[in-house]
Amino acid sequence: MAQTTHGVGGVSFDASKRTWPNEINVLLALVLITLVFEVLNRMDGGSFLFNTRANVDAIFNEQRINIILLQVAITGIIALGVTQVIILGGIDLSSGSVVGATAMIAMSFAQTAVVNGNPNPKAIFGDWAMDLPVIVPIAVGLGCGLVAGFINGFLVAFTRIPPFIATLGMMVSARGVAKWWSNGNPISFPTESYASLSNGDLLGSLTFGLLSWPGQNPAVVFVLLAVLLHLVMVYTVYGKRCYAIGSNEDAARMSGINVARHKVLVYSIAGMLAAVAAILLTSKNLTAQAGMGVMYELDAIAMAVIGGVSLAGGRGSIVGTVIGALIFSVIISGFTSIRLDAYYQEMVKGAIIVGAVVLDQWRQRRRAARS
Amino acid sequence: MSDIILKTEGLTKHYGGVHALQDADFELRRGEHVAIMGDNGAGKSTFVRQITGVEQRTAGRIWFDGREVNFAGPIEAREAGIETVFQNLALADDLDVPSNLFLGREKFLLRLGPFSILDRRAMRQATQAALTKTGVKIPNLSNTIRNMSGGQRQCVAIARTATFASKLIIMDEPTAALGVRETAQVEGIIRQIKAHGEPLILISHNMRQVFDLVDRIVVFRRGRIVANLRKDQTTGEEVVAYITGAKTQPELEVVA
Repeated sequence: MAQTTHGVGGVSFDASKRTWPNEINVLLALVLITLVFEVLNRMDGGSFLFNTRANVDAIFNEQRINIILLQVAITGIIALGVTQVIILGGIDLSSGSVVGATAMIAMSFAQTAVVNGNPNPKAIFGDWAMDLPVIVPIAVGLGCGLVAGFINGFLVAFTRIPPFIATLGMMVSARGVAKWWSNGNPISFPTESYASLSNGDLLGSLTFGLLSWPGQNPAVVFVLLAVLLHLVMVYTVYGKRCYAIGSNEDAARMSGINVARHKVLVYSIAGMLAAVAAILLTSKNLTAQAGMGVMYELDAIAMAVIGGVSLAGGRGSIVGTVIGALIFSVIISGFTSIRLDAYYQEMVKGAIIVGAVVLDQWRQRRRAARS
Repeated sequence: MSDIILKTEGLTKHYGGVHALQDADFELRRGEHVAIMGDNGAGKSTFVRQITGVEQRTAGRIWFDGREVNFAGPIEAREAGIETVFQNLALADDLDVPSNLFLGREKFLLRLGPFSILDRRAMRQATQAALTKTGVKIPNLSNTIRNMSGGQRQCVAIARTATFASKLIIMDEPTAALGVRETAQVEGIIRQIKAHGEPLILISHNMRQVFDLVDRIVVFRRGRIVANLRKDQTTGEEVVAYITGAKTQPELEVVA
């Protein structure tokens, strides 16, 4: 046996193979991209992040930052679920449609009976479904997400069809449900308590008035969920199993992990997170439409991939996805700030998604070449 | 407690019309290291797959640790105390060393079903103890398996078997894909296992390795056990003759 500096039978430690946390690179990218937009705006006499209007007393451009945060929050909550699914070695294409279906169904249980002295013109059900306590639409909404996610997970785990196909089916079907629910009509005029889910001051309630951030409940919920899920992924056996199944499903099975059951659980949680996004979105907009959440699944996947979640499974983190979500939204807002036409924005968004996947492939190849 | 840890009688496996394993009678004593040799397709891996419950046998009986067993799957076999290092390393590449060692049998601080909180410190300490026991040094336990060499991976896979109080360790060609230095490391671990008095079944093609490490050599040929040889009473030439079929043992007396 070879005697090395580390002891008998030792395998010497190669410092060059030490892994630099990928999240640092993603964070640097965020800072860099923000700087680029700041410079581009300055060249135009404006500012990306800072207030430039003399008649407004503020340091930051609060309007823009609020828009970025709302975008990050709604799609980001979906991305938190998608992150877990991708780490598991799967994919979830259904989340945008689940947002649509959940929005319609939850909203129909959140309507108020009287609007400006008249009966609610958009009423879906009879009087029995009017002015229900806010817990009812929340429970119904989460239930919708749970059912959709459970079906996804069940199909993936037990029929062994590729996750791409299973969730593609759900993507089409859930959108069908969203349109069928009210024959395509929008559902509006929620109760005050439902409207306050997004527009109230959750941070104020949670901190007993010490802090206050009215109208930014989606961002508060996003941060709370991100912290919770980060802890779950890092410190509980749930996260360990996600990474294990994603990196070597056979090894996970041989180790005694109930792979099928865990997949159902992860897809169900992803479905419920899409439902949370739907509830916050309808509460924010005070209306639900069958077309809500179109393409959100791709935005969420893009956020995860930009944040370093590998489509091959087994790699990535909630922290990465949160930064990825910020990058995604900064780019979209940035293009608006330099007055890039909306059509170009769509094209660029497509390029970002493809670019992120190319980057992921490149990272994988580089890793393979090193080891 | 008998002296025999594993015993099979008439162990048979047919894949359709193919008789992959025919009437295998095998015995392993506590603390004994036995090599299984034979040409490709001789039935070595089939034999191991029946013992470890990866496949269900066609016929025959198995006794392990004093009682007759019928493992429904590899997990049951593992719970009974049979640890197997498979050729295709059952490791999760993106997890670190302690996570791999404790995959599927984690230690917990707090049990909350699927959200049970891991006792990372205890698992790390147990990992260090297991690596010390097997003589493996991996300086950075937090490194993922992906960033390790083939030898390091194999060492982790083997250390996993030593972490838990296993009663029998089976290794299917543990050094097949390794270089000279890494092979030496794995062989060092096998000597450690011998020193701890744990029984081992080693499948190997490497004659030098087999003569270095084990007490007894069992030769498979065309699905049957054709020779059962004490290492100190045989030679490489004789083993090769049995493997190729040039020589046959008329009566298999149990040699001890």
